[in-house]
Amino acid sequence: MTLLQLHEPGETPLPHEGDQALAVGIDLGTTNSVVAISAHSKPEVLRDADGNGLVPSVVAYTDAGPVVGSAAQARIVDAPETVIFSVKRLMGRGAADVKALAGTLPYKLDAAQGGMVRLLIGEKRLTPVEVSAEILRAVKAQAEQHLGREVTKAVVTVPAYFDDAARLATKDAAKLAGLEVLRLVNEPTAAALAYGLDQAAEGIYAVYDLGGGTFDISILRLEKGVFQVLATGGDASLGGDDFDHAIAEHWLADRKSELGSEPITSGEAKQTLKSARAAKEALTSRDAGDFPVMLRGKTTLHRLTRAELDRLIQPWVDKTIAICRQVVSDARLDLSEIQGVVLVGGSTRVPQVRRAVETFFGKTPLSDIDPDEVVALGAALQAEALTSGSETLLLDVLPLSLGIETMGGLVEKIVDRNTPIPVAKAQEFTTYQDGQAAMLVHVVQGERETVAECRSLARFVLAGIPPMTAGAARIRVTFQVDADGLLTVSASEKTTGIEQRVEVKPSYGLSEEEMARMLEESLEHGREDMERRLLIENRVEGQRVLLALRSALAADASMLDAGEADRIEKARQGLARAIEGDDRDRIKAAVEALEDVARPFAERRMDRAIRAGLAGHSIDEFKGDPGGCLAPDPEEEKS
Amino acid sequence: MRLRGVLPRLTTPNACWSCRGPVPAAEPFCPTCKAVQPPGQADHFSRLGFARTFDLDPKLVERRYFELQRKLHPDRFATRSPKERAVSQAQATSLNEAYETLMDPLRRAAYLLKLSGIETIGDGKTVADPALLMEAMEMREALAEARTPAEVDSVVSGARRDAEAATAQLSRDFASEDLEAAKKTTLRLTYLDKLIDDARARRLNVA
Repeated sequence: MTLLQLHEPGETPLPHEGDQALAVGIDLGTTNSVVAISAHSKPEVLRDADGNGLVPSVVAYTDAGPVVGSAAQARIVDAPETVIFSVKRLMGRGAADVKALAGTLPYKLDAAQGGMVRLLIGEKRLTPVEVSAEILRAVKAQAEQHLGREVTKAVVTVPAYFDDAARLATKDAAKLAGLEVLRLVNEPTAAALAYGLDQAAEGIYAVYDLGGGTFDISILRLEKGVFQVLATGGDASLGGDDFDHAIAEHWLADRKSELGSEPITSGEAKQTLKSARAAKEALTSRDAGDFPVMLRGKTTLHRLTRAELDRLIQPWVDKTIAICRQVVSDARLDLSEIQGVVLVGGSTRVPQVRRAVETFFGKTPLSDIDPDEVVALGAALQAEALTSGSETLLLDVLPLSLGIETMGGLVEKIVDRNTPIPVAKAQEFTTYQDGQAAMLVHVVQGERETVAECRSLARFVLAGIPPMTAGAARIRVTFQVDADGLLTVSASEKTTGIEQRVEVKPSYGLSEEEMARMLEESLEHGREDMERRLLIENRVEGQRVLLALRSALAADASMLDAGEADRIEKARQGLARAIEGDDRDRIKAAVEALEDVARPFAERRMDRAIRAGLAGHSIDEFKGDPGGCLAPDPEEEKS
Repeated sequence: MRLRGVLPRLTTPNACWSCRGPVPAAEPFCPTCKAVQPPGQADHFSRLGFARTFDLDPKLVERRYFELQRKLHPDRFATRSPKERAVSQAQATSLNEAYETLMDPLRRAAYLLKLSGIETIGDGKTVADPALLMEAMEMREALAEARTPAEVDSVVSGARRDAEAATAQLSRDFASEDLEAAKKTTLRLTYLDKLIDDARARRLNVA
């Protein structure tokens, strides 16, 4: 009943701020990204105002700053050189990998410096991490818009077959976007979670996940809330994008035979790919169609039939089936033991893909849950489980073996693929020369036997080995993989106890300085955000004070002392002017000034109210009142 | 006085990292402050609550593993302090190692032998038994010659029968505490498992 209830600015409770931290699930896809939230095990996709749940994973760098989603997509026509799509294919990639992808990505890359690849957009040199962070910022904003409150925690999904570098790049991107990653969850595992909880499935299931740029196949056992991955496999650069390229190349070859060689710009390439994608999508429900290709102002129409499409994409479909075969074998299973197969990813809409999966597994695949949304739904369920507790348990595995380089460029495997994570394994190595004082530890990931055919994750030198004869030193290298599938390596020389610990980061990751700089920049933005938030909070508070004062004066202006009305009116005007401005300290001071000057008035009103309340009552009536202040609270005395 | 059954182990309690109170050895949680405790040095059998024996019911191993992971997996500590997350990761890591070792008869046998000081893997003497070597070569040949899925299947089912027999033999070897025999059988099972794996891969390729 106090009239002027003045909060310290900064302490004003924002709507819902007292609630449990909100955690969303994000599927950061090659083509589209989706954000979802779950409450009481009921996950729901957070859509934009038009009802779209899919945010195209496309970023356009305009003069006014980065634009994400369909707005960015729309710029492919006018300013193709500023538009980046399928950036996921570059996550955790280095110069060598990019050579392999050369020509499949229609934007300029700078791989000259080694380390993480850079995208050249105008004056900017951007890392895939920064571009992905823009996408994550956009989906974060969409979630906040939808929920009406800030979102800072997320479960982010990654292809099961992502290696350590790509996982770390994803986590770094989320960090830059202001999201704390509660867990990286593998996409097929997330999909299984959504299906398993939705349909109360039990038994052994395969999840076939063909997205825009990645392919995963996981085999899981579902039992009483436990989701245990038995084996996983895939290809981190195989997806619907490859289908688009095959179609586009087919058309360009047609044109060439008709019109001769034509140079093609990156913008034209992007548009041709867009047209190819439209053709692929149209042919999921039609048998044939004519599709336009425009180069140098001249448009040609190209006929594509379902049969032709099937033929064009066959090599990639076959490749996925070969990987399925391997993974079934890795799981030590016969095909007959697999109870069902679940389709995930937009590319599983292609009839030829469905057919191939059905033929291989001998079962009609399940696709009840929208294959574009199922991963985000599963991620949201896991986000809820991590923040609110849950009876379900996800037990995942390491997708690719980890090892170190030994003599002759060979790989000594330390942790085999499909080992349940978290896992720690140690192995001892020794020196091969008398008096050898240092040892290079080269960490690689992959299944092949030579270092050249595996992926280099990191190199570090274990120095200070005391002089010993060859073979006498005992160097113990320990690999620890956490529940996110991220690796930490440590090495120690056992006779001296010299220990070195490295976070596996270098080969294709961001350097320490780069990450520090980017984080600093985003923190600067963070500081700006905080300032703005405090300003708004102060304004709202000031307005509330003004409103309260007005009501008080309307009721009890007669109680004002001589001259008090003037002082209050002066302070009131001071606060009203301060609210118009951007200086939150001034608002704060004006609120305080008004509070001071109005305090005697408020006190008088309180006194009167109390007196009025007491009139006609005996003092005894208030003794038993737990809310009253006349008798001490017996409970309080005890404590 | 005769001591029967399981002797209570004489172990000193650990100090809880959080409240500094006593925690009985191998207890995953502090009885006072409920903080998760580091995994300690327990062997794989005691970690999952079993005596050291070859005869384990895989269903039971699995159930115990799931029960403990439900309490100790890092997912249960996602919003807790970094220290608690690290400790839970160490616990889950030890549980995974124990589970993988105990679920597979071959690894279980090798681990039991190792606990008795007998190495079976990588001791450089694995091909010393000429009879075993001969058998392994014959099995390899049979697989190499298999051309049709049916032929591969017949090699697989033969090897599976042999592996089952070897597992039953291991149970008898350990029951009679004949560790030399157990070592020999373990090596045989190593070959058979490898053959089944290779045959399964081949089965998928000829299909």
